[in-house]
Amino acid sequence: MFDRNKLIHISGMLITLAALWLLLSGYFKPLLLFFGLVSIALVLVISLRMELIEYDKPDVLRQTLRSIPYGFWLLVEIFKANIDVCKRILNPSLPISPRLVRITSTQRGDLARTAYANSITLTPGTISIDVEGKEIEVHALAELGEETLATGEMDRRITAVEDKGYV
Amino acid sequence: MSEFINVLAYFFVIGGAVAIVIGLIGVYRMPDFFTRLHAASIVDTLGTIFIIFGLLLYSGINLVSAKLILIMLFVLITTPAAAHALAKSALHGNLRPMLDGEK
Repeated sequence: MFDRNKLIHISGMLITLAALWLLLSGYFKPLLLFFGLVSIALVLVISLRMELIEYDKPDVLRQTLRSIPYGFWLLVEIFKANIDVCKRILNPSLPISPRLVRITSTQRGDLARTAYANSITLTPGTISIDVEGKEIEVHALAELGEETLATGEMDRRITAVEDKGYV
Repeated sequence: MSEFINVLAYFFVIGGAVAIVIGLIGVYRMPDFFTRLHAASIVDTLGTIFIIFGLLLYSGINLVSAKLILIMLFVLITTPAAAHALAKSALHGNLRPMLDGEK
């Protein structure tokens, strides 16, 4: 009935949902575990019927686990950008030079491009205003934010994660 | 050792509070809508991360810390979406951002 790829996707989703349920509830009584199992089965059946599972991409469990290193890199970038913006705010002369920049993203899928635009907005000093096709319009607080984006390091990393099938 | 970790937790929570105050000062000082969003994103990121990291240190490793990490992930995914929606609707509502050289 199921081929191998489908089975991997379904079991990956099962494990992810079960882990999430256990983390959020913390109950180990048999009755409540049974209720948890029923709700997981319900979610699985609904997402199968709505055809939400993308079989041409890695399963949910793998996607989640493999985007963790990027998350840590992004945390460091957010920290650096925060210090820069904080310095500008606390500087009495307020050294800002706001500008609009258009950058081209190299991701193929919508999910990866959303992750890119989200990361840009999450980093203080840059906000993605508009997305048209492959172009993202970015409002930058100062030159530095634009320069760190212009090197395309973040874009390169997300595309690498996508190409390996991570995001 | 747990004393030390508690002090570290206080340090992070206070650091988060300081970050939020800096963000608010930024919202007050910035000249227009878009630059104010930049200042507000300090509150969203540094404030949230520091406070939740402090609480993580305080709670130790148990179910509560797992939930805290999930809360942090949720906040970090949703707040940029809200900021983007604000910026996009402002731009499409013909609010032109103040660019450099127009000060």
